[in-house]
Amino acid sequence: MKDYTYFPGCSSSDGGAKAYGWSAQAVSKILEMNLVELDDWNCCGSTPYSSVEELASFCLSARNLALAEKTGLDLVTPCSSCYVILNRTNAYLKQYPQLKAKVKEALAAGGLAYNGSVRVRHLLDVLANDIGYDSIAEKVRKNLGGLKVAPYYGCQVVRPRYGFDHPEFPQSLDKLVASLGAEPVDFPLKARCCGGSLIISEEDLALELVRGLLDSARKEKAQCLITVCPLCQTNLDVYQARVNRRFGTDYRLPILFFTQLMGVAFGLSEESLGLETNIVPVREVVAKYY
Amino acid sequence: MEIKKQNDTFMDEIRAMPGGENINLCIQCGTCTASCPNAGVMDHTPSQLIAMARAGMKNEVLSSNAMWHCLSCYLCTVRCPRGIKQTELMHALECLAVRNGLSHGRTLTPAMYRSFNDFVYSLGSLPEFGFMTWFHLLTNPLRALKMIPMALSLLKHKRLSIRARRLTPDGTNQLRAILDKAEAMGDGL
Repeated sequence: MKDYTYFPGCSSSDGGAKAYGWSAQAVSKILEMNLVELDDWNCCGSTPYSSVEELASFCLSARNLALAEKTGLDLVTPCSSCYVILNRTNAYLKQYPQLKAKVKEALAAGGLAYNGSVRVRHLLDVLANDIGYDSIAEKVRKNLGGLKVAPYYGCQVVRPRYGFDHPEFPQSLDKLVASLGAEPVDFPLKARCCGGSLIISEEDLALELVRGLLDSARKEKAQCLITVCPLCQTNLDVYQARVNRRFGTDYRLPILFFTQLMGVAFGLSEESLGLETNIVPVREVVAKYY
Repeated sequence: MEIKKQNDTFMDEIRAMPGGENINLCIQCGTCTASCPNAGVMDHTPSQLIAMARAGMKNEVLSSNAMWHCLSCYLCTVRCPRGIKQTELMHALECLAVRNGLSHGRTLTPAMYRSFNDFVYSLGSLPEFGFMTWFHLLTNPLRALKMIPMALSLLKHKRLSIRARRLTPDGTNQLRAILDKAEAMGDGL
C-alpha cells in the first residue's frame, strides 16, 4: 500500500466533477494506493485569485502546503489547475525571498508555518510513474481492445514545466490508454487549451476552442475522449450541446475522466465510477464491457 | 525627462511583481503571439503589450483587454526563447490594472474573477453553482436565464451542488486571518 495526501480540489470533491473524485478513489484502491484527503483544505484560488490578488493567492496555496507538510507525504491532486497553482507557490517561495517572508508572516497570523518540503503531484504522474503501466495492465479485467480513445491532456498538467511529461507532445496518457488495451488515437490537439474558465466570461471564444478539440478527435475517429482535469471535462462535456447549437454541428463524443475509463477496464461498477454524471451518454461506448 | 521618469516607474512596478522581472529580455520575436489561442481577439498581442510597457504606455497597457483574454495555457511561456514567463506577466498586469482601477468593462473576465474570489474568501471553497449564478446576475441577468437549461441538465446528472463545502470553523477563521494579513501587507515584492 502506497500512501499519499490527497487534494481533490473544489470541483472533484463537492462540485461538478464528483465522478472524478469517486473514480480516482475507486481505481486507487485497486492499485493499492491510499489517497488520504488533506484535512480542512481550502480552495487553491485557481487562475482568478492569482490574476487579481497575487499575495493572497500564494497564501491560499501556502496554507494547504503547510497543512500537507505535517503529513510528510506527497500531495496528489487530480485537478490540473490545483496542480499548477500549488506548484507555482512552491516554486515562487523558493525563487523570491521577499515573497517568502511575506507569506511566512501571513501564515503565522493563522498559526502555521511552511518549510517548502511538499512535493505536489498530479494523479496522472503518480499512476504513470509510481504505479507504472505494467501494474495498471495487470489489473485489467475487461480488456478495452478495439476502443479508440482521444487522450486529452489540456494545458496545465504539462505546462509550465513542473512536470513529468513533455510540455507540447506528452505521452503518459497515451501509454496509460494502451495499458488498458485500448487504442490511443493520434490526437494533434491533445495539449491545446479548452478555454478554461473563460468559458464563463467569454463563452464564444472558449466554444471555438472546444469545437476545435471535438473536431480533431472526430477526424481521428475517436469513440471517446478522456481528460485529466475537471474543467476540461466540463467544457468538453457540459458545453458540447452549446457548441452544436452555436456552430450547427452534431458532435456526440463521450467525455470521460481518465480514471473512469480505467475503472471500466478494471471491471468496476458504473455507479462507483459515476458514469451517469457524464452529460453526453457514455453507455454506448462502455456497454460491451459490462 | 518627465516621460522617462514615468516610464521607469511603470517598468519598476512590473518588475516588482513575481513573473514581471524578465520583461527587459524580450527580443520581440513574436513567438508568444504566434502561440496564443486568443491573440486574435486581444486589443494588443502579447508581444505588442511588452513593447508598449517598455515604451512607458502605462494607461494603454493597463486598460487593454489583452491580459484578460489570457487562458493561462502557458504555451507562450514554454516557447519563449528568452525565458520570459508571459503568462505570469499577464497575471502581473491584471493585478496592476486592478490596483490602478483600470480593469475595464469590455470583457467580463475581471468581474468573473472577482465573483470567484469573493466566494473563496468568504467560504474557503468554491461552490460552482453559487459562483456562476452570482456572476451572471451581476453582469447580465438575461444570460442567467439562458443558463437554466444547462443547470437543469447538470442537476439531472447529479452534478449540481446547491450547498457549498465548508471548512471547519477553526479552519475558516485561520484562513481568514491569513488572507486578512496578506491584504494588509499588499502585493508586490
